[in-house]
Amino acid sequence: MKAISSQIRTELALSARQGEQLLVSLGIPLLILVFFSSIDLLPTGTDEPIDFLAPGVLALAVMSTAMVSLGIGTGFERTYGVLKRLGASPLGRGRWVMAKIATVLVIEVIQWIVLISASMLLGWSPPLSGWVCAIAGALLGTAAFSGLGLLMAGTLPGLATLAAANGLYLILLLTGGMIVPLSELPAPLAAVAKLLPAAPLAEIIIGSLTVGGSVASWAWVSLTCWAVIAPLGAALLFRWE
Amino acid sequence: MSVIADQLSIQYGQTVAVDQVSFEAQAGQITVLLGPNGAGKTSTIEHLEGYRAASSGSSSVLGLDPIADHHKLTAQVGIMLQQGGIPTAIRPRELLQQYAGFFPASLDPEELLARVGLTSRSKTPYRRLSGGEQQRLSLALALIGKPKVVFLDEPTAGVDLEGRDLIRSLLLALRQEGVCVLITTHDLAETERLADKVIIIDHGKVIAQGSPAELMSATSSDHLLFGATPNLDCAALSAAVGSQASETSHGEYRVEAPPSPALVAAVTSWLAAQNIQLTDLRAERQRLDDVFRRLTDSTDA
Repeated sequence: MKAISSQIRTELALSARQGEQLLVSLGIPLLILVFFSSIDLLPTGTDEPIDFLAPGVLALAVMSTAMVSLGIGTGFERTYGVLKRLGASPLGRGRWVMAKIATVLVIEVIQWIVLISASMLLGWSPPLSGWVCAIAGALLGTAAFSGLGLLMAGTLPGLATLAAANGLYLILLLTGGMIVPLSELPAPLAAVAKLLPAAPLAEIIIGSLTVGGSVASWAWVSLTCWAVIAPLGAALLFRWE
Repeated sequence: MSVIADQLSIQYGQTVAVDQVSFEAQAGQITVLLGPNGAGKTSTIEHLEGYRAASSGSSSVLGLDPIADHHKLTAQVGIMLQQGGIPTAIRPRELLQQYAGFFPASLDPEELLARVGLTSRSKTPYRRLSGGEQQRLSLALALIGKPKVVFLDEPTAGVDLEGRDLIRSLLLALRQEGVCVLITTHDLAETERLADKVIIIDHGKVIAQGSPAELMSATSSDHLLFGATPNLDCAALSAAVGSQASETSHGEYRVEAPPSPALVAAVTSWLAAQNIQLTDLRAERQRLDDVFRRLTDSTDA
């Protein structure tokens, strides 16, 4: 326990010091939230843009932290031999993974607190009953996107991980139903998007936190598959050096 | 014996990096793996650290298998990688506190910072430390868990003279405390100063091992060299000192015998009797770098 908490403390301190990671994990979701809720540019399909955007950026925050921040951070740690050096310490692989997961969850909780507070200031009032499903979806999404982030980090060089994670982030941001509803996309694109992990995550969180909303069952199936396959792939293919 | 390599071989694909290497390193001694770049030193030490599997042969660290029992060894072994291993944004104090948390018993990070001379740099991000400061931090990290065995890969590379003195005194202190210290280097001067035992390795093979003194005497054909006026009577000199003497070049002479005080006295008194000016006198001991150069050259030939 002492070893895990020591590792988590270091991970959090280093995350807080990385400006670009903070931008991705808090700056961009906050900017999207404030900008597009004040200026009704996006075809959100709701009377008030905030009703769609608030849960949308909560999904986005999960994707940024679990995939982009974790992937890029770990990718560079691998490139710089940080993981190799940790491997010679008594921390061990299991506790290293637990510390990574805990760090991601702590950052997500902070993100959600900030984003939910900002959204409520902007007039968002989600149904209380939806939080259980939304949090379950966020946990599944965290597993899926952490798996993808670590898969990239463990197989690609640091800079390639940076490029791949940011590229995937942008594609999934636009096609994942987080800031533009899937119904606005061309049908074939929407069909593909449902098979990727972003759209089901957005569907679950937005569906749960919209008054009178519901979650389509394809979302649970698709996201659960990703939550199993991606971490499994990372575990099998991760190279420490 | 703290560390044993027995007929150890390591292969990368078709390339043999380490070829049937055998040696031992014991507690309370500094053992140096000496060899040029690419000799197989890092592969050997990284096997003992648990990173590289052997393709054949065996090894043990504190009686355990460094690969299979890696998790049992991590708390007792301290390592310093040849490069990297430390996040660029981390601060020295933070790093030592982090690793201190991994070990059941650890040194006090503040005390260790002072020992490696980094107290004033304790809040400076790693990437802004000088090369020597980075090496000293990396060494501190190897020591934080009070290890019984320490593996250091090129610990003095890129370190200035002052830093070298500091690292040397730390290593000597470890030896004093009974730690088994195994280091790799291609620095001969460092080896002569520090090593209790030297293993010279080249092209993956051990070509000589022993104490620095043993390595020198085992391979030296000791002789006395002196300079004087040319064309001395070497036959008369040989008879006077009881050993073969010859003029190797104009005014340069060589006496084929270990340079004992008696021999030196015999030579100088013979010269004095002839009223010949001695221009220089050298009791030539082959230095380790001669040994090293000759050993590696002969392997190439």
